[in-house]
Amino acid sequence: MSALVPVPAAGKPERQGRRLTAYLLLLPGGLWLLLFFVVPIVSLLAASLYDPDGSIEAGFSMTWSWHNYVDALADYARPFGRSLWYALLTTAFCLLLGYPLAYAIAFKAGRWKNVMLALVIAPFFTSFLIRTLSWKMLLSDNGFVVDALKAVHILGSDGRLLATTAAVVTGLTYNFLPFMVLPLYASLEKIDHRLIEAGGDLFAGPFTTFRTVTLPLSMPGVVAGTLLTFIPAAGDYINAQLLGTPKQRMIGNDIQRLFAAGAYPTAAALSVTLMAAIVVLVLFYVRRSGTEELV
Amino acid sequence: MSQPVIGRRAVLRGAALGLGAGGLLTACGIPAAKQSAGSCVSTDKSATEKSLIFSNWPSYMDESEEKVNGKTLLPTLDAFEKKSGIKVTYTADVNDNAEFYAKVRDQLGACQPCGRDIFVLTDWMAARTVGLGWIQKLDHAKIPNVDKHLLKQLKAPRWDPNRDYSVPWQTGLTGIAYNAKYTKEVGSYADLLSRADLKGKITLLSEMPDTMSFMLRLDGADPAKFDDAAWSKALDRLSGYVASGQIRRFTGNDYVQDLNAGNIVACEAWSGDVLALQADNPDIKFVIPEEGLGLWSDNMLVPNKAAHKANAEALMNYYYDPEVAATLAAWVNYICPVEGAREAMEKVDPELVDSPLIFPDQAVLEKTFAFMPLDTAKAKLYETDFNLAIGG
Repeated sequence: MSALVPVPAAGKPERQGRRLTAYLLLLPGGLWLLLFFVVPIVSLLAASLYDPDGSIEAGFSMTWSWHNYVDALADYARPFGRSLWYALLTTAFCLLLGYPLAYAIAFKAGRWKNVMLALVIAPFFTSFLIRTLSWKMLLSDNGFVVDALKAVHILGSDGRLLATTAAVVTGLTYNFLPFMVLPLYASLEKIDHRLIEAGGDLFAGPFTTFRTVTLPLSMPGVVAGTLLTFIPAAGDYINAQLLGTPKQRMIGNDIQRLFAAGAYPTAAALSVTLMAAIVVLVLFYVRRSGTEELV
Repeated sequence: MSQPVIGRRAVLRGAALGLGAGGLLTACGIPAAKQSAGSCVSTDKSATEKSLIFSNWPSYMDESEEKVNGKTLLPTLDAFEKKSGIKVTYTADVNDNAEFYAKVRDQLGACQPCGRDIFVLTDWMAARTVGLGWIQKLDHAKIPNVDKHLLKQLKAPRWDPNRDYSVPWQTGLTGIAYNAKYTKEVGSYADLLSRADLKGKITLLSEMPDTMSFMLRLDGADPAKFDDAAWSKALDRLSGYVASGQIRRFTGNDYVQDLNAGNIVACEAWSGDVLALQADNPDIKFVIPEEGLGLWSDNMLVPNKAAHKANAEALMNYYYDPEVAATLAAWVNYICPVEGAREAMEKVDPELVDSPLIFPDQAVLEKTFAFMPLDTAKAKLYETDFNLAIGG
């Protein structure tokens, strides 16, 4: 790890100049981070420790109420766990759908490659909200999808698609699929075809070649894709709001509502907990998959 | 491999500096947001600036069918501009009371202008902003039409007994709506929440006072005056309905699409929405539930630091002209708070004169109730409780 090599004491003027350039290059990004990351995060952390009995009218004072976390988790453990569970399901479905798709685009699409990539990105030209609302129409209780499924007795006569867990997870999967496909495509596309040929030359069948050559080489894409899917899916609230019922509420819905109700400390404590949980899960995951240097 | 010019120690030092600076913030807290006439003084520039910024709810202003240069015309508002010479910037950006409150509270709490001269909030939220001292006192000498024509029932709400701070824009009823194509009549909340054929096919409103009023009614309590014990009981009742899967969702105005499409067959609904929907879909019906009706107003308020109070008062006065009010009511379909508008409606649209949802008669008004005004601490507590209960 090169970053750990200690910097020798600066002495030569030439070296000092290089150092100055490096810091100047960091300045815009650093200021941006300070203003739009460090300040909000610190104020969020602070808000999570405010006096829970405060109100907008009377203000909130800093009382270091660590108990906010205990209370928030006691009250909201279920939507919290549900969010992580839905995000996990979403990531799994995105990977199952996205990997073959990215593989086909990278290796089999030929001159259609660019068109297919454009099609993957195409949904982004409409807003997230509109796309989710159209799912609502598609899955509508009296829509053709439900009617068709009822006709073939996959759904009972009382059955519905909208306002179910399946609808929420489908919506999440649909909305985040491009975030999975694009990094997968990027890392599959980079794979040297001669390595796959070499697999064949060494008498490995297509499956063995895939397992021992293609898959390991595409791991950076898998890791990046799963992170880009899991993290926003865990914090999403639009899909649960539009496609779910109260029983599918995710933690984002609760944070949003608590914030609007002026319960800042609880809302902030839940936000911090969600962030911390995601960071821990991600660190663990990246360590386990052995790809620290790749992401 | 080349050596990096920026070492780990420098990075750590930078990070510590950043966090140290942030550490100062933790000492702050959030200051009290309550203002008073003395602490937040506004100056009125109406004499020199003939302009007005007006934030209202969607579908709350009459629109004409034809467009000019791609712009929808707003007949009554355009006529006001012509008559008064005041240029009105009209935006339909109030979608939800709690959300709008979140949008303006930081400015108003710190006695800063929020960029609007009039905004429109429902009683319970209007009460909260008045209680916080965020609203300017109106000069009744400048709004004689309001004093003359405001409906008697609306003259003295508990949170603003002399209408010193607020003037109703429109008034409405909260009751039940159902889609007759998919279900038979739903006449009461007791039915709505217990009938097996409605399971998973109904919605309630996410506005806490609306929904909780009916829960309190079901327990025989009075939504205008109840204690914490009654509140907890009503809350348990609601949690039960959520847990059983009877309630499909909690919604804002968006129940309209679901009801029209048949995704839900009955719901808690606002009268004006239902009347507007009926025009396109005659299967949609509004019912006065056995438990009674919620009566509420959306009120025009002039926030602190709004620089055009006199212009705002001119607009309020204009909309209390019965003829203008009738034109507006014919389009928005909510209860018109203006006395005399019913007579004026003869000229505007004779069919609507007898509409009980625009001009309800005394018998209907007697069945209505309002939700108790809450201070912010209580409001936060109840909203949090409600949030937990609808969370499932």
